[in-house]
Amino acid sequence: MKHFDYVQPKTMDEALASWEPGASWLGGGTNLVDLMKLGVTQPQRVIDLTRIPDLGEITFQQDGSVRIGAMVSNAALARHAGFAQHFPMVAEALLSGASGQLRNMATVAGNLMQRTRCAYFQEETAACNRRTPGAGCDARDSDEELRALLGASPACVATNPSDFCVPLAALEAQVEVRGVNGTREIPFADFHLLPGDQPERETALEEGELIIALHLSAAAAGFARHARYLKVRDRTSFAFATTAAAAALRMEDGIITEGRLALGAVAARPWRVAEAEALLVGHAPDAALFGRAAEAAMAGAEAPAHLEWKIDLARRTAARALAMAAVGTPARMPALPASPFGQQNGDLAHV
Amino acid sequence: MSLFISLTLNGEARDVSIDDPRVTLLDLLRERLALPGTKKGCDRGQCGACTVLVNGRRANACLMLAAGLDGAQITTIEGLARGEDLHPVQAAFIEHDGFQCGYCTPGQIMSAVGLIAEGDAGSDPERIREGMSGNICRCGAYHGITLAVQEASRRMAAKEEGDAA
Amino acid sequence: MSDTLSPQIRFGSNAGQPATRRDGLAKVTGVATFAADNTPEGLLYAVYAPAKIARGRVSHLDVAAAEAHPGVTHVITPQNRPELQGDPSAKPTMFSFRTEVLQDDTVCYAGQPIALVLGETLEAATEGARLLAPQYVADPVRVALDDNLATSFEPAGFGLPGGASHGDVEAGHAAATRSIDVSYETAAQYHNAMETHAIVAQWDGDRLTLDTPSQALNLSCAGFAYFFGIPPENVTLRSPYIGGGFGSKAIPTGPQVLAILAARMTQRPVKLMFTRQQMFGPVGHRGATRQRLRLGVDENTALTVIDHEGLAETSTFDDFVEPAANASQDLYAAGALRASHRLVRLDVGTPGPMRGPGEASGSAALECAMDEMAEVAGMDPLEFRLRNYAETQPGTGLPYSSKALRECYAEGAARFGWEGRPLEPRQMQGADGLLTGWGMGTALFPCPMFAAEARATLRPDGTALFETSAVDMGQGAWTVLAQIAADSLGLTLDQVEFRAGHSALPDGGVAGGSGHTATAGGALHAAGGDVLRQLGELATEDPQSPLYGAGNSSLVARDGWLLLEEDESRRERFADILIRAGQTEMTGTGHGGRAPEAAGRHAMNSHGAVFAEVKVDPDLCQVRVTRLVGAFAAGRIINPRLTESQLMGGMIWGTSFALHEAARHDRRSGRIVNADFAGYHVPVNADVSGLEVITVHEDDPYVNALGIKGVGEIGIVGTVGAIGNAIWHATGKRVRHFPIRIADLLAP
Repeated sequence: MKHFDYVQPKTMDEALASWEPGASWLGGGTNLVDLMKLGVTQPQRVIDLTRIPDLGEITFQQDGSVRIGAMVSNAALARHAGFAQHFPMVAEALLSGASGQLRNMATVAGNLMQRTRCAYFQEETAACNRRTPGAGCDARDSDEELRALLGASPACVATNPSDFCVPLAALEAQVEVRGVNGTREIPFADFHLLPGDQPERETALEEGELIIALHLSAAAAGFARHARYLKVRDRTSFAFATTAAAAALRMEDGIITEGRLALGAVAARPWRVAEAEALLVGHAPDAALFGRAAEAAMAGAEAPAHLEWKIDLARRTAARALAMAAVGTPARMPALPASPFGQQNGDLAHV
Repeated sequence: MSLFISLTLNGEARDVSIDDPRVTLLDLLRERLALPGTKKGCDRGQCGACTVLVNGRRANACLMLAAGLDGAQITTIEGLARGEDLHPVQAAFIEHDGFQCGYCTPGQIMSAVGLIAEGDAGSDPERIREGMSGNICRCGAYHGITLAVQEASRRMAAKEEGDAA
Repeated sequence: MSDTLSPQIRFGSNAGQPATRRDGLAKVTGVATFAADNTPEGLLYAVYAPAKIARGRVSHLDVAAAEAHPGVTHVITPQNRPELQGDPSAKPTMFSFRTEVLQDDTVCYAGQPIALVLGETLEAATEGARLLAPQYVADPVRVALDDNLATSFEPAGFGLPGGASHGDVEAGHAAATRSIDVSYETAAQYHNAMETHAIVAQWDGDRLTLDTPSQALNLSCAGFAYFFGIPPENVTLRSPYIGGGFGSKAIPTGPQVLAILAARMTQRPVKLMFTRQQMFGPVGHRGATRQRLRLGVDENTALTVIDHEGLAETSTFDDFVEPAANASQDLYAAGALRASHRLVRLDVGTPGPMRGPGEASGSAALECAMDEMAEVAGMDPLEFRLRNYAETQPGTGLPYSSKALRECYAEGAARFGWEGRPLEPRQMQGADGLLTGWGMGTALFPCPMFAAEARATLRPDGTALFETSAVDMGQGAWTVLAQIAADSLGLTLDQVEFRAGHSALPDGGVAGGSGHTATAGGALHAAGGDVLRQLGELATEDPQSPLYGAGNSSLVARDGWLLLEEDESRRERFADILIRAGQTEMTGTGHGGRAPEAAGRHAMNSHGAVFAEVKVDPDLCQVRVTRLVGAFAAGRIINPRLTESQLMGGMIWGTSFALHEAARHDRRSGRIVNADFAGYHVPVNADVSGLEVITVHEDDPYVNALGIKGVGEIGIVGTVGAIGNAIWHATGKRVRHFPIRIADLLAP
């Protein structure tokens, strides 16, 4: 690990003032410290945000929306009874990610800032435009399986590995950020950037800005009775998604009145397609309908020959997630969250 | 640069000088504080061998910068038993043969203690399996590990009830 | 001289008991000391830089940048590496490979050490190694089985396996009324013991002390000593606990030798601990294979031929060819049998033995092929195997020393509930919508024995000390060997002090081949017997002894007494015999190993039957093994608790082989791209449920004096095939490579 200057500001102002180009914000460290060990990230200065007050609160507002402090841990959020009740698929996604230890450490903001798990990004000696602008992309002509099927560019084929971000995209979270020029909110859809010809620009954060909170609206909580996250993976737990989908429905008298669908592990950001969601509205849940929506969600997907199966799998994952959402949110978190083997035949949630 | 941090380490107050900000909690324990019970299996948060309790919660010591831990309470495998009395999880690991080579064992045990404290798994084997999946055992002692956590969880719950009554 | 026979000992007072691990307390409290836990005063940390290409040469290392890093003390490269006294291309011991110790700037595989950096702290040495920023002149790499020509070879000792041929193979093919010709592939796998290879090396003059995990202490001493021109007895190797070995820790590796060299150069203790990523390189691996199996049956569904051709990778600079095809030669009665091997040289580290070498890979292919043959024959897979049950060793006609495989089939099938399994695939779908499949496989593992020595010392207080440099890498040697030792003197377990894991003790041999308990246990048993023989002689020849005049062979030992079997009132305490003879203690020695005359008379194997249930999501194709029942017959079981753990561990390795493990190379650089636990999957706890082990009783009077066969590796054998077959039964898809992954089942 390269030497760095470590600071631990006690206030937000102090934190913002300690920023310098080439610095990194440190939350739980589960991704940053790992990347520093690999030499993939080499910050001159590490600004530890753990001592800034008020970043660790989960606050329900009068209007039913929730504000989640940036430094809330994944575990604390997933286990917060009120939160899990109102946003069950977010809790399910959180609990399907990483391990119990990592979820205790990892933070909400850190999860949004999580870097790609592309093997060529993580290897210092491989060519990677995301890590070193202009270096080229060794992943493009490789057998790498963590590869974007949508929204990729000649410069970069990386995917966003987050589980948490997938339901956040579906539920249209807002990201509250702060910089020296004040506070602003960024719609989730605008937060992660597709690579284009500047894959090194990964988020909408400006230099020196940091995430201070996430917001989920009361309307987003309206999906709680029909909201699931599904994560297909190579082992039963503690694995990154092969494909994933967050599906949320609002249903009245057996008819879908609103649908949300976001896919994970298929692009550099959670993938959400308005046309796919629109297809659902006004219909009763039905396998064929969910198949059409999944098809629309994956429209335009491209893969090299060795990964064409993944497009198919992503569609199936999306369709299944919708079907699971239609059945209803289970009253208790499945023993294996978000797993195809975690389906419960027990009680459904009544919010 | 030199930083000073104060830790409560296995119940004992310790002032520790950190002369290099790169030092992780894991390497601090193993190489500088003579507490090598906590093991290094991957150094990247992918195996769980380095699991310790930080402020009562299980965490991967390999991904924590020691410099950031001023004021933290750390419990390692060396601090779990009370003198001669094994923690119920330790005793159950022996009884159910929840280990073979023993290398992942400190991490498994600390993770199990953390899992039981989290309170989500109870004695449901499937929830224990999921909850213990951050700890890789290459020898393949998972069957015994699950039984051990189940039994310790039951015993501790019974004791709590007993204490409450 | 019948009077000099060892008195009989009461067998079974400790053996057969499910004692918990004697090292359990140390392991659950964190005081069990593994190699890297040692931090002597004045320590330097060593970190090696691994090559990130697989073929070519290193053209530049930024040594100045590394040296300039604060805390870095030395940088060792091929340019300045101090001389070694032993030739690293030579093979100083029976298990040796060419060792990569910075001979020159050539790179033969990714992960090869290309420089060593020493520092005052681990952080400094680690960053120093990174700062070397190697540049390369790279050549095109060959990392897949088709990247180079397959060649045949002359069998030669360790690493280049012979084949076998029995009967008229061509006639066997011709006689078949139905046949299959299938090809299976298995992926390259890396041992990945949780404890990476680590070493703490300290010199004192020309004496060397090492803390390093070793599956063969005295062999390792000889191996390390060779490089430094010192006699093996100058090396003290301490390996009280080994954090898993699986075959990777028997052979000295280049980085360990370099660390010792660095300690000699600096005259300071040096610690080197491999990173997880570095475990994918210089410590061996299970080479990838492609196996062609041609099976034929006659109109009675009797096998007319098993023709098994194996192709396996090895490195460009040494030989280890996975002996996969040999796995099919001892198991089923067939009119004709043939096993042959070819190799392909690739730009990879030299493969080596990994838990179940040969048998694991070979059985994976064979057991699936047997299933395919049964399918073609329209027969239940278990019935087909029973139809072709070998009553004597196929080809040679030798009797088996014991073979309770039929009982394994029966008990395993009954426990699993195999009866009523539909013959056709895709017939079972649960209320959960998941496809269910059942498959089975037969397990076989040979019972090799190496050589071991042991010493027993009876103390005047009636307790005994037993010593051998045996090693416990998780299999339970600390406990099981102590049980055998205690029984050899008729003592209770707590009356025995057992010392192992240190090279100064009598040579405990190799913990490998599933033969350690039998071999080191045999040595301990013989050492105890040697003490009893001497005690018996003293007593029966001493007129003052109540046993005077008794035949030595009619004595038994129990609870610290020697007793006359037919009249137990005639007895004397061990301690009294010693005291009267004026001895403060009595020492005996023993040797363990197969009696030469026993080896040729019987075929000797452990056997088993594994039954698997998988569930497969019909749309998403994710697989989960939900039940795994293994029934094994492995001779005398010394400790049922630990045996169950060994067998379960092996079965989990089978799951891992079947569904998870595969090293993937970048096709341009040859680098392994998934060289970590996030990318190279092994099972986690949630992957393991419904695991059951049955041990079938077996008395084997021929395999060795103790009747022990070994259980360390057989669990993996049979399990891989059982899972592959269960997946076919669930889905109707016959995937002919391992691991079987989602994409394979998604394909139309």
